[in-house]
Amino acid sequence: MKQKIKKSVAAAALVCVVTSAAKAEEQVVLYHWFEYIPQELLEKFTSESGIEVVMDTYDSNEALLASLKAGAIGTYDLAVPGDYMVEILANQGLLGEFKPDELKNFENIADQWLNVDFDPGRQYSIPYQWGTTSFSVNRDVYQGEIDQLSVLFNPPEELSGKINMLDAQNDVLALASLYLNIPQCTNDREQLKAINGLVQEAKQHWVSFNSDTTKDILVSGDVAASMIWNGFGARARVEGANIEYAFPTDGYIVWMDNVVLLKDAPNRENALKFMDFLLVPENIAAVSDYARYESGITGAKEHVSDELREMPELNAPTGGKGHFVEVCDAETQAVYDQIWTNLRK
Amino acid sequence: MAGGSTSGGSVKADTYAGVRHWLLAPSWLVLLTVVVGPLCIMLIYSFLTKEFRGGVVWEFNLAAYDKFFFDRGLFGDEAPRIEWTYISIYWRSILQAAIATLVSLLIGFPTAYFIATRPTTSRALWVFLITIPYWVNLLIRTVSMKFLLRDQGPLNAFLLSTGIIDQPLTIVNTDVAVQLGLFYSYLPFMVLPIYAAVEQYDHRLSEAAADLYASRWIALRRVILPAVKPGVIAGCILVFVPSLGSFLAPDLLGGARNFMIGSLIEDQFKGQAGDWPFGAAASMILLSMVLIVLIVAARRQARAKAAGGEV
Repeated sequence: MKQKIKKSVAAAALVCVVTSAAKAEEQVVLYHWFEYIPQELLEKFTSESGIEVVMDTYDSNEALLASLKAGAIGTYDLAVPGDYMVEILANQGLLGEFKPDELKNFENIADQWLNVDFDPGRQYSIPYQWGTTSFSVNRDVYQGEIDQLSVLFNPPEELSGKINMLDAQNDVLALASLYLNIPQCTNDREQLKAINGLVQEAKQHWVSFNSDTTKDILVSGDVAASMIWNGFGARARVEGANIEYAFPTDGYIVWMDNVVLLKDAPNRENALKFMDFLLVPENIAAVSDYARYESGITGAKEHVSDELREMPELNAPTGGKGHFVEVCDAETQAVYDQIWTNLRK
Repeated sequence: MAGGSTSGGSVKADTYAGVRHWLLAPSWLVLLTVVVGPLCIMLIYSFLTKEFRGGVVWEFNLAAYDKFFFDRGLFGDEAPRIEWTYISIYWRSILQAAIATLVSLLIGFPTAYFIATRPTTSRALWVFLITIPYWVNLLIRTVSMKFLLRDQGPLNAFLLSTGIIDQPLTIVNTDVAVQLGLFYSYLPFMVLPIYAAVEQYDHRLSEAAADLYASRWIALRRVILPAVKPGVIAGCILVFVPSLGSFLAPDLLGGARNFMIGSLIEDQFKGQAGDWPFGAAASMILLSMVLIVLIVAARRQARAKAAGGEV
């Protein structure tokens, strides 16, 4: 609730800024995750194009959706939703379309990221950063194999009661589906019951649901294993924790954040210029160096630091089973919600 | 002893008679727009139909309240039974808030009494000391608390080095940590009203009690406590109510394994669930509970005052 208040105050303040700055100065209004773009890059864009970047931040895809639905449409030009949220925003009619030829650098998008399920043909979005979600394990505590999702759902004794899960319904239930080898968003009742039973049973091994400080609790040793995004896993390791990031052979989550043009963008032309700017390999590589994820832009990898290029967390095994989190229909989502509430009651 | 005096000031009751309403207008306006307005929106939303992935459809029904009280199974097509999920979440939150209030009272009362019995010159300093930690944001204080309590934190290091324990105490991610967090967050809300009440207390009454052979315990129970009761009740309400809806302490210190009222409601708006009517209904139920507590407290106080007046 506090967050919400803070956010609406920020939005109100932003509206004031936007209106009082008048249209004398060219600008683009970006609605972005916190700490996800280096300031120098924004300055570079401004010096190249003369367009000022105004930025406001959010902390989850759902918070972005809630804010847009609560009336922020028309305030912002661009946002950076995750894969499944692109599809949801598009379905809800909250995105503005663009044609590939409106972007000079559109062909820089790597082939594998062009025809993605959540936005076939890239009508609404361009790649920003992508990564994987699985888990990291403290190797001082547990030395056994960690290439199975059972480390989370039916853990060895050393890890039981020392596991943190992300406080993210879709990610947890997607991994549960992969572990049980059933399709995501299944509407088969027996399979849904199996997911429910699995997480209920696994809860005894989980000590917390935390998304905000996964890195810190791994470094401090508060937990011995945690579901985590690969970039955070890398940061925790660099900060000195003896942890290893796993690419389970039964599957892990692939996610991609994408820059989208929002409906009724007040500065559409400038927004497209900014998207074009982010499609330049050198520029998006600066984001990668900052955020420690990969970009999905051809040629960007040549511009990132050596350290980043060789990070084990960023180099999934070839033939690894990465899956995007799927978007469930209303009926299945209702059951998912029920399972999640049952888990947390 | 009974409240502030109304006579003797230079302001007469009818000084502002003509303009009173206009002078109140700004406060009324603020209250209407930032308190009553949002509450009405929530009340209306709680009776609307849920739109998939957040938002509402303008069709009135009781689905949100039905979901709160009746369990229709995983797929929503079984015969309704009583839904214990949310009741147990509310019960857990109430219990936690009650314990936090009790602990705050046990520690806050002596503290307040101590401060109020210092010489006038040093009282301000003591009150000032109580408020110092509250210059720092609640979130930061809660996170710092976690650093102190964790297995490898200073508290455990100290206990281990003194040999009191030989295994680190696991406090983080337990209810104890949540209690400590709540208690720490809201202690001044207990101390300050009690302090204000004790400061008004006429200490000659304690002397009189002692002269009449009352033991210190009897004097506390029969003389001091009744006199400062309004302060104690105010303190308890000020700690209980925010504890009930808090989610920082449960999330950060308790590990958020289980929902509290605050996190349950937050999840309806910011989480995957996106069930705004249900979130609104849950808020309304919480609000009703808080109102009932406040009304009961207010009535008891009024009754006590009336009884006191007759004596």
